[in-house]
Amino acid sequence: MQVDWSKNFFELFGLPVQFDLDPSDLLTRYRELQRRVHPDKFASASAEERRLSMQLTTLVNEGYQTLRDPVRRARYLLELSGAAMNDETDTSMKPEFLVEQMELREALEEACAREDSLRRLAELANDIERRHAAKLEELRDYFSRGQSALAATRNAVRELQFLGKLLREIRDQEEELT
Amino acid sequence: MAYSDKVMDHYENPRNVGAFGKDESGVGTGMVGAPACGDVMKLQIKVNEQGVIEDARFKTYGCGSAIASSSLLTEWVKGKTLDEAALIKNSEIAEELALPPVKVHCSVLAEDAIKAAIADYKAKKGE
Repeated sequence: MQVDWSKNFFELFGLPVQFDLDPSDLLTRYRELQRRVHPDKFASASAEERRLSMQLTTLVNEGYQTLRDPVRRARYLLELSGAAMNDETDTSMKPEFLVEQMELREALEEACAREDSLRRLAELANDIERRHAAKLEELRDYFSRGQSALAATRNAVRELQFLGKLLREIRDQEEELT
Repeated sequence: MAYSDKVMDHYENPRNVGAFGKDESGVGTGMVGAPACGDVMKLQIKVNEQGVIEDARFKTYGCGSAIASSSLLTEWVKGKTLDEAALIKNSEIAEELALPPVKVHCSVLAEDAIKAAIADYKAKKGE
């Protein structure tokens, strides 16, 4: 088993280093890779090969989880291009976006307090999903414009993280109520 | 994760939750967000003629540490001048609340919020 550890996840999956990808193609490649490196195949191999197979399986799984999720894929691409997100220290956000986020959180709080809360939560979830999908399209566009749209790309990733968090919270509330 | 007693206290009995009326004068508003966890925080200060913060309000959607950081901050800024309030460091908040390293960014958020509120107040006053 030959392993080139310097490959990034895109290269590992034989894909071009870009934001656009076909999820079903990725899944096919993932299954194929997994099959090739799976520890079961190396049950009677040397200890060294078994260890390698374990490490590769972990790497392939991590690669798949990173590439399949658009926001994680975007963050990974930025990292590869030397523009990692630095979430902890770089917190600048557009004020309008934050005001909107605050209002959406308030709407979520109100929805939970109402008798028809499940219906309200479903409406809110639909609304956020639409925003999330629209923002993903924006992100795709920014990536296609490359370096010149880097600031916009980073901002879109940040906004998607807020929307993703909000969606998870709505789902948690829905679960609690059902 | 286990929260410290101080975090729990602020989380269960948050001080100064809410917002000032839209028409109230002398109010500065700071709005900040943490992309890492999706938390949002709004912090308001009410400043008197002498430039002293008389009162403060906050509303935070986030984890216990973020709520506790902003709650504590509203207590600390009351009675301080704008210049004094601007000197509050996130490390002081993190230390007071015994925040673990992974939650230190919550105190950073609170520091950013008070700075933003002061900047907003000054911008409104035309300084």
